[in-house]
Amino acid sequence: MPKRIAYYPGCSCEGMANEYDQSTRALCKVLNIDLVDIPDWNCCGSTPSNSYDPLLGAALAGRNLALAEAEGFDLVMTPCPSCLKSLKTAIKVYNDQKQDFAHLLNMPFSGKIKVISVLQLLYEEVGVEKIKERIKKPLTDKVIIPYYGCLLSRPPEFAEFDDPENPVSMDELLLAAGAKVPDFPYKTECCGAAYGVTINNIVGKLAGRILDMAQSLKTDAVAVACPLCQQNLDLRQSQVNRFCHRNFKIPVPYITQLIGYALGIDLKELGIHKLFVNADNLFKETV
Amino acid sequence: MRIGVFICKCGTNIAKTVDTEAVARKALEYPDVVYATDYMYTCSEPGQEEIREAITKHRLQGVVVAACTPRMHEPTFRRAVEKAGLNRYMFEQANIREHVSWVNNDRESNTLKAMDLVHMAVEKLRLNHPLFSSKVPINKRVLVIGGGVAGIQAALDCSEGGLDVVMVEREATIGGKMAKLDKTFPTIDCSSCILGPKMVDISQKENISLHAYSEIESVSGYIGNFKVKIRKKATYVDWNACTGCGECTQKCPSKKTHDKFNEGLGSTTAINIPFPQAIPKRARINAESCLYLTKGKCRKCEKVCPADAIRFDMEDEIITEEVGAIVVATGYDMFDYSVYGEYGGGRYPDVITSLQYERILSASGPYGGHIVRPSDGREPKDIVFLSCVGSRDASVGRPYCSGVCCMYIAKQAIITRDHLPDCNCYVSYMDIRSPGKNYDEFVRRAQEEYGINYIRGRVGKIYPKGNRLIVQGVDTLMGVQMDIEADLVVLATGLEASDGARELAEKLRISYDQYGWYMESHPKLRPVETNTAGVYLAGVCQGPKDIPASVAQGSAAAAKVLVLFSRDTIETDPQVAFVNERVCISCGKCIEVCPFGAIQWKTLRDGSQKAEVLPTVCQGCGLCNATCPPKAVQLQHCTDDQILAEVNAVCE
Ligand SMILES: Cc1cc2nc3c(=O)[nH]c(=O)nc-3n(C[C@H](O)[C@H](O)[C@H](O)COP(=O)(O)OP(=O)(O)OC[C@H]3O[C@@H](n4cnc5c(N)ncnc54)[C@H](O)[C@@H]3O)c2cc1C
Ligand code: SF4
Ligand code: SF4
Repeated sequence: MPKRIAYYPGCSCEGMANEYDQSTRALCKVLNIDLVDIPDWNCCGSTPSNSYDPLLGAALAGRNLALAEAEGFDLVMTPCPSCLKSLKTAIKVYNDQKQDFAHLLNMPFSGKIKVISVLQLLYEEVGVEKIKERIKKPLTDKVIIPYYGCLLSRPPEFAEFDDPENPVSMDELLLAAGAKVPDFPYKTECCGAAYGVTINNIVGKLAGRILDMAQSLKTDAVAVACPLCQQNLDLRQSQVNRFCHRNFKIPVPYITQLIGYALGIDLKELGIHKLFVNADNLFKETV
Repeated sequence: MRIGVFICKCGTNIAKTVDTEAVARKALEYPDVVYATDYMYTCSEPGQEEIREAITKHRLQGVVVAACTPRMHEPTFRRAVEKAGLNRYMFEQANIREHVSWVNNDRESNTLKAMDLVHMAVEKLRLNHPLFSSKVPINKRVLVIGGGVAGIQAALDCSEGGLDVVMVEREATIGGKMAKLDKTFPTIDCSSCILGPKMVDISQKENISLHAYSEIESVSGYIGNFKVKIRKKATYVDWNACTGCGECTQKCPSKKTHDKFNEGLGSTTAINIPFPQAIPKRARINAESCLYLTKGKCRKCEKVCPADAIRFDMEDEIITEEVGAIVVATGYDMFDYSVYGEYGGGRYPDVITSLQYERILSASGPYGGHIVRPSDGREPKDIVFLSCVGSRDASVGRPYCSGVCCMYIAKQAIITRDHLPDCNCYVSYMDIRSPGKNYDEFVRRAQEEYGINYIRGRVGKIYPKGNRLIVQGVDTLMGVQMDIEADLVVLATGLEASDGARELAEKLRISYDQYGWYMESHPKLRPVETNTAGVYLAGVCQGPKDIPASVAQGSAAAAKVLVLFSRDTIETDPQVAFVNERVCISCGKCIEVCPFGAIQWKTLRDGSQKAEVLPTVCQGCGLCNATCPPKAVQLQHCTDDQILAEVNAVCE
């Protein structure tokens, strides 16, 4: 029997990070996990709702969890660390201010539901060993650097996942997939996040540092697990190059794409062709 | 019974939120109370005089004082009533400060609660009987646990005072952390030059017997008469025969043994003597790495030992020592910094602890006192010292300041600049804490004379670049990000309670705080006493401190022991359990339940067996009282009837 869990794609997975969504679904299918989209899910509110009114923002995100609970789920998975944060915040706010929250939400909600990221799903629920057993096309000889960004493991009491300052979950998954994984010092450095939109130079500098460090380690690709990190490193790589006077050409695939490939999923199904920096060098075949 | 009640105002401490006058007036309504008053400071000399006068004038037979906690002043008031001719146990104290005025601001409810507490004390007092202590001789030997500088000082002072001293040290040598230090702040004098002679004294004093590589197995008894079982761990070398010549260490082929004395820098042989000045200077085989003991082949040391001292069949031995007092001086251990993923969590060989750096600086250390990197033996050009690693950080459960790191960083940086004048030293600090005598001047010298770069802020990450390290953080005074390329990073790892501190405390029945530091009896007024009579504290085991403070505490603990031993006998506490033989049904439940083995069988003339309490062993815990089915065992001064009388009073 496949394991059924509630799936919250989030807005970015419907647009910019479509390949993250695609590869997550394909990967779960191969791993015998039945992802059930939360019916009528809404935006998690992201940064704006939270800055405007934390309680209202929490209720907005909480609606998705209440819907999942109504369908009988006790576990929700979302690929996006930012959505993950909003959803977990909803549970925290619910526990802190039960009455106000319940009043705004106006739906039955127990707060007992658990939310995890897709990385957490792979690492904790499926397990590195299980994945290793099923590798069909190992990423042999490919140097792949795991980049976690600042949100996935932090703050520790909130993320409840991996070592906050030296996370290793992606390292271990990539090793299981046969890749070479150097010790990457900038694992958790900030990529510039939403400054890509407002003060682009900040991303130029910060993403530039990350790519520079990756380049110095002779990497073939930087693996990510966050749509915003992916956007800053991949989509904006040409802007970074302009800002730093460099010529980086480092592909930035999602961890789900890489593991999916190693498990034998078709490149097209994984949306590899949607990456901005061409990633053909990583794989034996092309799309 | 004619009872007098005295309500203390404690200045405004109590009077501010308790109507003491009303409480005194109310007290006159309680049975047997013939006199009641309130007073500004009952514990003061005039306050005590007032009690004594009232006892005479009103022919009082019992006294209740409602004041602060009995932990502080019960002895004071007992002495006062005794002076006026009453038995000291015809006294009760109600705590209306810690239990009332300090915990609630509502005057009305406070006053009512104070009245209840006084009422309870009166009802209990009505059932009190005079109790008399007996005298038992004191065994004038003292046990010192831990042979760091604090324990050494305590042992030597006791020995000078003419006492027999037993010292138990769990490592193969005494000296503790100070033996590992190169030089000491703020005078930069050589640590082993000032500690060495004291260590030698320990081995040479006739009246000190040292059990090194030994641990406390169990402790029984009480002040004046402790019985201590000591586990002498197997060293596989007969220390009576071994001369410390070191032949064996030259020939031992198992050379990759973890070198604990050098904090894991370099390695040593399976049979080794920790360092040249070790006391006792005896060889010990590390059973985990000895080829013969692990694989059954070798015995090289046995062949070369000129004294025939090797004993591969040696086993742990348990010996018993009897002492009258115990000084605990078990020091500290270093915080394990591997929880800090951002500092490499132990992955980078050139990110080291401060104690490892002391070993690098030390001439008897693994590199002969040359400052080189553990990874490649290269002399460093840039060194960064990070303060507060595992101190003042609630996120790793260490919110306290370790007290010595700011000072030893300054020291280590100064010594570094002396050795390698071209080496740049950076100190990343949160605050500089240097409140000792000549301490701040010392730090200023580091900054001004030695040109050490102090950068205020916090380091967020250390990572390798080529064969150097990048130390990345923030300079909060300049408001800029800082990136320093360094060859070596020294982490000022904080101090934590020594490994096994909690287990030892439980054996000794002393208390410890949430971090494992031992609790003194009073933070200001009884800094080296514990709440277990006859057990004293010295050094860092009580909380982080430097060498001068550790030595001062060692001497203070010795003074306390000498005071205790200045008498020949000790008065026992009569507030112990007592068996009413006529009620005892000889079920033996009390014997089973007593944690101190204080109850035994006694054969009466008619041949029947009854339980009997040994008053000197009983600690007055009351477990037997609660267990005894016919209630034959009663805790004197806290009988079932007395507790019920209190309950009745409060439920009235
Ligand atoms: C890197 C560094 C540099 C320092 N530099 C200075 C300096 O320059 N000047 C200064 O004043 N202070 C300095 N200090 C502080 C100094 O080390 C301490 O103040 C001092 O060593 C405390 O002595 P102690 O006897 O209380 O503890 P310790 O030195 O820790 O001694 C305790 C002893 O008890 C033993 N022990 C522990 N548990 C048991 C047990 N259960 N049974 C039997 N034995 C046990 C231990 O093996 C040890 O021998 C420094 C500290 C560090 C970390
Ligand atoms: S060779 Fe024998 S006498 Fe010499 S140190 Fe070793 S055990 Fe002791
Ligand atoms: S028997 Fe053990 S201690 Fe002795 S020399 Fe061989 S390895 Fe070393």
